Amino acid sequence: MTATVTAPARRRGPSKKAALPWLFLAPGLLLALVFKFLPMGKGIWLSFFKVRPFLGDKWVGLDNYTRVLSDHRFQDAIGHTLVLGVGISLGAILVGFLLALLLEGQARSLKIMRTAVFLPVVTATAVVGELWRLMYYPTSDGLVNSALGFLGIGPVPFLDNPDTALWATMAMGIWMAAPYNMVIILAGLAGVDRSLYEAAAMDGVSLWQRLRYITLPAIRPALGVVLTLAAIRGLRVFTEVYVLTGGGPAGSTDVWMTRAYTLGFSRNDLGGASAASVVLLCVTLLLTVTVNYFRKRGDVR
Amino acid sequence: MSAPALDPVRTPSDEVAVSPAGRGGKQARTTPARFDTALGWSDRPSLGMALRVLLCVVALAIFAAPFLTIIAGAFSTNPSGSSLSFLPHHPTLLNMRVAGERGIWDYFTNSLVIAGGGLLLQLAVSVLAAYALARHRFRGQALVLTLFMLTMMLPEEVIAIPLSLVLGHVPVVGLDLKGTVWAVILPLGAWGFSVMLLTEFMKDIPTEIEEAARIDGVGELRMLWQVVLPLCKPALGVAGVLGFIMIWDQYLLPLIAAKDPTDYTVTVALSVLRTDPEVGSGVVLAGAVIALVPSLVVYLLLQRSLVTGIAAGATKG
Repeated sequence: MTATVTAPARRRGPSKKAALPWLFLAPGLLLALVFKFLPMGKGIWLSFFKVRPFLGDKWVGLDNYTRVLSDHRFQDAIGHTLVLGVGISLGAILVGFLLALLLEGQARSLKIMRTAVFLPVVTATAVVGELWRLMYYPTSDGLVNSALGFLGIGPVPFLDNPDTALWATMAMGIWMAAPYNMVIILAGLAGVDRSLYEAAAMDGVSLWQRLRYITLPAIRPALGVVLTLAAIRGLRVFTEVYVLTGGGPAGSTDVWMTRAYTLGFSRNDLGGASAASVVLLCVTLLLTVTVNYFRKRGDVR
Repeated sequence: MSAPALDPVRTPSDEVAVSPAGRGGKQARTTPARFDTALGWSDRPSLGMALRVLLCVVALAIFAAPFLTIIAGAFSTNPSGSSLSFLPHHPTLLNMRVAGERGIWDYFTNSLVIAGGGLLLQLAVSVLAAYALARHRFRGQALVLTLFMLTMMLPEEVIAIPLSLVLGHVPVVGLDLKGTVWAVILPLGAWGFSVMLLTEFMKDIPTEIEEAARIDGVGELRMLWQVVLPLCKPALGVAGVLGFIMIWDQYLLPLIAAKDPTDYTVTVALSVLRTDPEVGSGVVLAGAVIALVPSLVVYLLLQRSLVTGIAAGATKG
């Protein structure tokens, strides 16, 4: 490195200076290229082929796509993915909001409470899966079932029954995401002008109105962000389902990504699995672009 | 980086306001002595206070108590659904020992190597890229930023199948990374979030500092290492703790990067323990506790950084 005298960084210098930023960017771009964009391109490529080891790949056009989209198990998986995605997103926002309202404040005891409640977020999904499998123990002495027993509800075979497994998975998803939303909403609540609350008390408005007209508008931007992230994350839900139910029982919790995984790694149908991944990628991109477009328009208003 | 979310600005206001009846049909609050929470919780013993304590107990029971039960279960003899409690009964280290015999510590070592290496690589790559993006102007800057944003939209789940092929045969060099820790570490290197976070932070460093250093004849690398980095410590803390949690949470990547089960990380290995017919649920719980400890340690030590990062990431979008 030669010392450059009195050359501010903001000026475009000779070619040697122009190459400098690229040197700094090289490792990141190289890794992104090899391990993100190349696989993406390869996936799009493979989705148009019937992949046959040793025989060479055979061009089949859109066959993989029509096959995947018309497969009834994939169609079921779309439904499960939407139910899980929407349920977890909305549930986690609602629970997160309630937690934030409950735990707002500076008292030391509240800080400790917030620390404890946030634990599910930092725990690895696989560990959470084991934890919930145990809590969902199907007999009446399981953790959740004994709690239900107090309320006089008989033991529910949460993960063994196709009718309840999806809801059980959703509960776990909400449990993992709600404290995260709580922190974001708390940050929004901290920004509320306290004199507004004081004025509201002076005017004698009800608690409901206070929340509706002071608190909610203040945290609306934060909620927008949370919802966007949650919607995109929800579509590609995989690990939660994979570690808790593996898609079972009887495919009742199979989501789009677990289907694709099964197709690719268990049945070696790389073309079909790639097509399924490309479909998901397109939907995700579309969703992101749409949300950003609406958010920009909202900012203009 | 805004103020930490857990410490909202304190506005002491202890004057008691008048409280006429509410107009919304709902009951008006009768003791609006404090205005520093949305719900106007009072800090004096009252019915509201009692309700709050009760709700806090419920929240703790739902979000934190399950952790106590798995820790208790991991140290109990033959835990089943029924014997779960907050304290181990017949405390024993047997589960840990059996888990050790099943190679849990080897998996754990894999995890630590991957987390350490992955985090170092991730931070180094992000710092270099952020320095170029924040402190330099060059053609194609917007494109590079977009590319890093895109990496966030391409998680392992979406590119799992082709990524598995690439890991088995890296183009140009033709290496087979499968079964090595590199197969997990390298794909974690380019994480858009970390690049964005550090770029945003570095943009706020005043140019005067940099210009003064340049006049003293400081080169680019020394500038980054001795001038910019020391000012970035808070952001590095945030990127570090979020990066660690993200890496420790990886499931699919170690799964497809492995050649055989001995290459698994501790989180993936939990399923190996679970499907082992010879070990009971206590051993699986012991494994879960071992996999949980590092996240707990990192979280409790760097809690402030983490919360700041989440709040900042949320406000920036």
